[in-house]
Amino acid sequence: MSDQVTNILLVGVGGQGILLASEILSETFMLAGFDVKKSEIHGMSQRGGSVVSHVRYGKEVFSPIVPEGEGDILFGFELMETCRSLPLLKKGGKVVVNDLCIAPPSVLMGQEPYPEGLVDRIRAGFPDVLLVDGQQLATEAGNPRAANTVLLGAVSKRLDIAEEFWLAALEKMVPKKAFAVNLKAFLLGREL
Amino acid sequence: MKEILSGNEAIARGAFEAGCRVACAYPGTPSTEILENTVNYKEIDSSWAPNEKVALEVAIGASFGGGRALATMKHVGVNVAADPLFTLSYTGVNGGLVLVTADDPEMHSSQNEQDNRNYAKFAKVPLLEPSDSQECKDFTRLAFELSEQYDTPVMLRTTTRISHSKSIVALGDRVTGLPEPKLVKNAAKLVMLPGNARVRHPLVEERIVRLGADGATMALNRLELRDPSIGIITSGVCYQYVREVLPHASTLKLGMVHPLPAALIREFAAKVAKLYVVEELDPFIEEQVKAMGIAVAGKDIFPICGELTPGRIRQVFAKAGVIPADQAAPQPETAAIPLPPRPPNMCPGCPHRGVFYALNQLKAYVTGDIGCYTLGFMPPLSAMDTCICMGASIGTATGVVKVVPEEERNKVVAVIGDSTFLHTGINGLMDMVYNNAPATLVILDNRITAMTGRQDNPASGFTLMNDPTNSIDFPLLCKSLGGKHIRTINPFDLEQTRTVLQEEMNRPEPSVIITNKPCVLVKREGVFQKGPVYTVEAEKCTSCRACLKIGCPAIEWRSGAGAKGKAYIDPLLCTGCDVCRQLCKFDAIGRSK
Repeated sequence: MSDQVTNILLVGVGGQGILLASEILSETFMLAGFDVKKSEIHGMSQRGGSVVSHVRYGKEVFSPIVPEGEGDILFGFELMETCRSLPLLKKGGKVVVNDLCIAPPSVLMGQEPYPEGLVDRIRAGFPDVLLVDGQQLATEAGNPRAANTVLLGAVSKRLDIAEEFWLAALEKMVPKKAFAVNLKAFLLGREL
Repeated sequence: MKEILSGNEAIARGAFEAGCRVACAYPGTPSTEILENTVNYKEIDSSWAPNEKVALEVAIGASFGGGRALATMKHVGVNVAADPLFTLSYTGVNGGLVLVTADDPEMHSSQNEQDNRNYAKFAKVPLLEPSDSQECKDFTRLAFELSEQYDTPVMLRTTTRISHSKSIVALGDRVTGLPEPKLVKNAAKLVMLPGNARVRHPLVEERIVRLGADGATMALNRLELRDPSIGIITSGVCYQYVREVLPHASTLKLGMVHPLPAALIREFAAKVAKLYVVEELDPFIEEQVKAMGIAVAGKDIFPICGELTPGRIRQVFAKAGVIPADQAAPQPETAAIPLPPRPPNMCPGCPHRGVFYALNQLKAYVTGDIGCYTLGFMPPLSAMDTCICMGASIGTATGVVKVVPEEERNKVVAVIGDSTFLHTGINGLMDMVYNNAPATLVILDNRITAMTGRQDNPASGFTLMNDPTNSIDFPLLCKSLGGKHIRTINPFDLEQTRTVLQEEMNRPEPSVIITNKPCVLVKREGVFQKGPVYTVEAEKCTSCRACLKIGCPAIEWRSGAGAKGKAYIDPLLCTGCDVCRQLCKFDAIGRSK
């Protein structure tokens, strides 16, 4: 096991299920035998504000937050929030992002448009971008609400952790009756 | 057995393992989840108190009765609980008593970033500071033991990054063999009349000296010698950041931050060439180290304001020449792209929205309070003019009407939520009525403590343990305080809301208006019910944008629709509250068919 710590950032909008996704990641890494820390801010951000969750794993992890500019993978649940967090990524960092736009208040009120060309802007700094139509693939898996699990599958493919640990964490963290659909969604994401 | 726990979950676990019998709190970010987890242990009687002072007093009683007791609160909650805390320091405890203060450097969810380590020094009680979830659990257990061993309340301080970060924790069993609680009279120790208190005070002074001496050999204060050229005294989450940024530096990791282990600090200072203190907020450790005559760098190079991060610490040490400038911090690969902000917002269907819309229309001067409704400050509602602390809205309104010209007094309206009113607002209303201040109070009763995540309170009809209980009758309570003009309104009825507000604002006497619709997030059956959703009839929409003035997240302006754009209502978000329909003069908004 190398001393290297791997840094993952999960970003999106309050209410998108970011906390659960970061819990599944953390559980997976613990099951795989790593030290794990994760951190996010609760409170005001639950009311539809920006959310950033930090997950770190390795032989020994000190800081629960990812040092600025050291993120290995940016796991984006929404395009604009993904762009906002790009400065947290290291050079050559990977981006897995859901093809989804959620309008912030100023856009809802017609004061400004939702910014365009965000995927190109991400690619300009970070060529390794996977744009995922999470909802479409989740619908194929049997429930559009499993979009996060599709993305999780895509992220899992970019980390060196054996599949058994992912599946064990999913089984532990996902409600029993939703497990079959989520497993299918995860495996679809893992093919991306 | 290992689990990934947040700092708050680990504190709850630590209390369970320590044999804690009673846990009491008022919710407040970032402390709330501690009691939401102690409630999962049937051995602990967990309850929400109306405020932090009562929570601590309940814990004090449990301790005096012989049981181990926990009180938890956010940093500003300790201001409310300070009165019993300072005298509890004199009486000491019977069963161990631990007070958790969860501080919020950076003010992620708070109105100030006071450093509550100062309270430990001020009240002369020991304070422990864990630096990860394992220590949260272990230090909580230890805090109960120290409390009994030294006959003192013990403070346990977390910060947001400790309370809300998760890491791996090895679980233990609940201790057995603690003495059974029973009534034991000891009035000379527990009745703090001057004659008794004068006897207790020297014991407090002697106790803190003894703790400082013993601290040098306590395992929770840890001297880690690595590179002797640089030594760093640190604690809490900053210890983790220091290990991240300067893995080779020697560290003195303090688990007990008050009183400081002077002998250990002298030993460490003698072993390293250059000494630093890395601590968030106040120079709490630094000033005491300097007072010992030891040269140390601290707030001369580190910021006092805001939280520290690995990046911020790295920058400071690079500037100080401790690490090479080229390793200061990785330059971001992309410049930050200017993007629209995404601030928090009231939920679709929130019963506060219509009230703030009306207050804005009436050009009221609104003294605000702490809760979701503080978001009434945000545009487009923009209807809040002051907000200080829990319960302050009412006293502030009373004060404002005392000084402003008579013709402006009818503009002054205090707004407060149900939970905040019960926390510390009742006394404000008592004063407003007693001293006949001609202000208007609006109690936004949504049946729950919403901002911190839907906690029950004395008005919601249930306890933390989910037992049905009394639900406070607000009109009756206000009447008993002497209120003569008390009216209840439906905040989704804009006409009624505006009319009643205007009438009561114009009345040259104190008056109270109570809203009666629940929070949309209340999950308990039968409290909140989603109505039929609304849609915009595109042919009737004249692009006037009146419906946008309430800032509902379910209403979206589609600039591409029609010649001038049209409003659209997201059926997944709409709760059918009906407020937007009342704003549309062209009948373009109606229930979905």
